[in-house]
Amino acid sequence: MANNQEGNHKQVHYVGDSHVRADRSKLYPKDYDEFPGKTEPFLPNFLLKEWMVAVVFLVGFMTLVMAEEPPLGEFADPTNTSFLPVPDWYFLFLYQLLKHKWAAGDFVVVGTMIVPGIAFMALLFAPWLDRSKERRPLKRPVATGIMIITLVAISALTWAAEYEHEQQLLSAPGETPENTEIAAKDSKGYDIYAKNACIKCHGENLEGTNGPGLLGVGNKLSADEISKIIAEGRGTMPAGMFQGSPAEEKILVEWLTKQTQK
Amino acid sequence: MLRAIYDWVDERLDITPLWRDVADHEVPEHVNPAHHFSAFIYCFGGLTFFVVVIQILSGMFLAMNYVPDIENAHRSVQYLQNEVAMGVIVRGMHHWGASVAIVMLFLHTLRVFFTGAYKHPREFNWVIGMLIFFVMLGLGFTGYLLPWDNKAYFATKVGVEIAGSVPVLGPYIATFLQGGDIVGAQTLARFYALHVFFLPAALLGLLGAHFILIRRQGISGPL
Ligand code: HEM
Repeated sequence: MANNQEGNHKQVHYVGDSHVRADRSKLYPKDYDEFPGKTEPFLPNFLLKEWMVAVVFLVGFMTLVMAEEPPLGEFADPTNTSFLPVPDWYFLFLYQLLKHKWAAGDFVVVGTMIVPGIAFMALLFAPWLDRSKERRPLKRPVATGIMIITLVAISALTWAAEYEHEQQLLSAPGETPENTEIAAKDSKGYDIYAKNACIKCHGENLEGTNGPGLLGVGNKLSADEISKIIAEGRGTMPAGMFQGSPAEEKILVEWLTKQTQK
Repeated sequence: MLRAIYDWVDERLDITPLWRDVADHEVPEHVNPAHHFSAFIYCFGGLTFFVVVIQILSGMFLAMNYVPDIENAHRSVQYLQNEVAMGVIVRGMHHWGASVAIVMLFLHTLRVFFTGAYKHPREFNWVIGMLIFFVMLGLGFTGYLLPWDNKAYFATKVGVEIAGSVPVLGPYIATFLQGGDIVGAQTLARFYALHVFFLPAALLGLLGAHFILIRRQGISGPL
């Protein structure tokens, strides 16, 4: 039933056979004549073009899927006390936030409620916080600025979380191989190992105490890599823990590469 | 023949206007990547939807093998990945798709934010979008536990502990998520139900609203 503009306004018009009045004003979208240019119908013309973009995307996605097998760890073991928990990458920034001392312990509400709460509420109500008609990002520096600062903060927190996690993994005791027998324990290599500070963190039986165990290290690292770590340290291991001569270092490294327990 | 069937149905149900409304509406030049390369940013929403479809389909195939109990969850995933034909592809699509969905969602949100498309009259669609974002994060969190490996178990444990540290409501949230006092058998069953029934249902409802609003309000004009 047509909306009767000039007609008798006292007579109520309805849409179809509903009770919806036909003469309420509505916010119809702009007529596309107002965006002069090469307008085209959604289906099939436009959707075909969007599908082209989707095809490029799909090829990239399937390449990733075929290149990287999805990881599956060991069967969950609640009694495992050395496992380092990590959330999926897109939660890392929230997780990292909680490691700051002003957002942990007594102040943990800052990290769990206040900061994320303010951020989420600000996003949720963005249309009412930023009410100007202006849409161009450079013409609304406050909104754009806050968003960019937030993005930088999220990236920095995510990066810091990832970095710290990797450092901790390097220095954590790690998983013990099934075979825990030290290769060539009665050799000079072990003596040098025991004489230096190595033994304090890596353990009498290479099982790892304050540092990671070294059983099976020969499977993971080459002689050069081991030398480099001895000289420069890694993770929480400082440089210069080894105090012997270069000749001794060579024997030590060689002995460590023989630790190929599985 | 097909034409005749269509006409037969159309005569009774008047279906033409339903799809014609979607098909015929005009798409302006400034969002069309065929005319302006930079308009690909307007494809992010569509691509997000594409990933959501990939997630739903791959998830349906995962569910054909997955067993949501703590004895068998890990074994069933391992079986799927190593024994079932194409299993590694199906799991790979769902696993990597989850991350890609978050990335695309993020890019779409930034496009809408930086083009100021959340302003009058599209405020409400922005709010719906934020709720979608929340649901997607929920899907990520609940899905992460399902393979029941160490990573899954301990991440969930920490996540629930963090939720539990919230003042007043925390303990209730933790109990709700865990289905008890620890992360265990109940938690897995619960997360599974949330992941495959509750959250996808909420997501589809919100997406329906999102699309109806876009159709009603049209895409925002050029900057
Ligand atoms: C699964 C998640 C989502 C899907 C599949 C989706 C899909 C879409 C699609 C296809 C469009 C049309 C324009 C375009 O592609 O850019 C659109 C527009 C829009 N989306 Fe989303 N969206 C999602 C999440 C979000 C989120 C998280 C927000 C914001 C918080 C949001 C806010 C908007 C707004 C305000 C518009 C209108 C933009 C305009 O008119 O220029 N959407 N969405």
